[in-house]
Amino acid sequence: MAGYRRLQVNDVGEVCVVRFRDPKIIEDINIQEWGQELFQLVDVENRQKVLLNFSAVDFLSSAALGKLITLDKKVKAHSGTLKLCNIRPEIYEVFAITKLNRLFDIKEDESDALASF
Amino acid sequence: MAEDRWIWSSDHLIPSRAGAGRRLLQELLDQLKRQHWVQHDIFSVQLAVEEALVNAIKHGNRLDHAKQVHVTCRVAADLLRVEIADQGGGFDLRAVPNPTDPQRLESPRGRGIMLMRSFMSRVQYNDLGNCVVLEKVRGGHDQPRQGGSTP
Repeated sequence: MAGYRRLQVNDVGEVCVVRFRDPKIIEDINIQEWGQELFQLVDVENRQKVLLNFSAVDFLSSAALGKLITLDKKVKAHSGTLKLCNIRPEIYEVFAITKLNRLFDIKEDESDALASF
Repeated sequence: MAEDRWIWSSDHLIPSRAGAGRRLLQELLDQLKRQHWVQHDIFSVQLAVEEALVNAIKHGNRLDHAKQVHVTCRVAADLLRVEIADQGGGFDLRAVPNPTDPQRLESPRGRGIMLMRSFMSRVQYNDLGNCVVLEKVRGGHDQPRQGGSTP
């Protein structure tokens, strides 16, 4: 498995569970690398089932939302499934205001998310 | 508004480079924590100011290293005001699409401005569109950790 600087990647059965090393995901030089590493999971490693666990994230900006939308499109193009979990209430509010909670499948916690694949 | 109502203020000129506003934003957030602003307000300010800085640097000044962004922050007992001015040609606010339109959900345009408006009490652009004033009315008071009395 490729080394990741921005992500912690683990397999739970068939599901690729991703956690984030950066507590703040914002528009700076790191977000390009963050996005590229996420895309690599699909474009290079052909992961079909991807779960993003946001438990270590306390802030994200609209730049991160853009990357997540692109990731979702890539996963769907590969006939895969993407889910998100452990999003704290303040960040969930960002998804809700932008109506992206309707685009993404967001679960309360990792166990719920894994059971739903 | 009387100038003596402000407890704290800062004034910065930053380059048009990704991440250039990080230090001044952290300075502002630290000040809000010292004033015991509630966490949701602090998150709101962080989000809105981050979005406005990115807009000024990336869209206003187009990452032109010859251009700068002027950021003024002021904190009063129950109010915060941040003014962010870029050196770009501005934009037509009326032309920004609604990012929650189901047909446009995947487009990034307008999302930052929408978040600014949702999380701040007031967002006001000048006519040209190259200067924005963000205001946040304080929502509550966090409990001070040591030595403070219960409100």
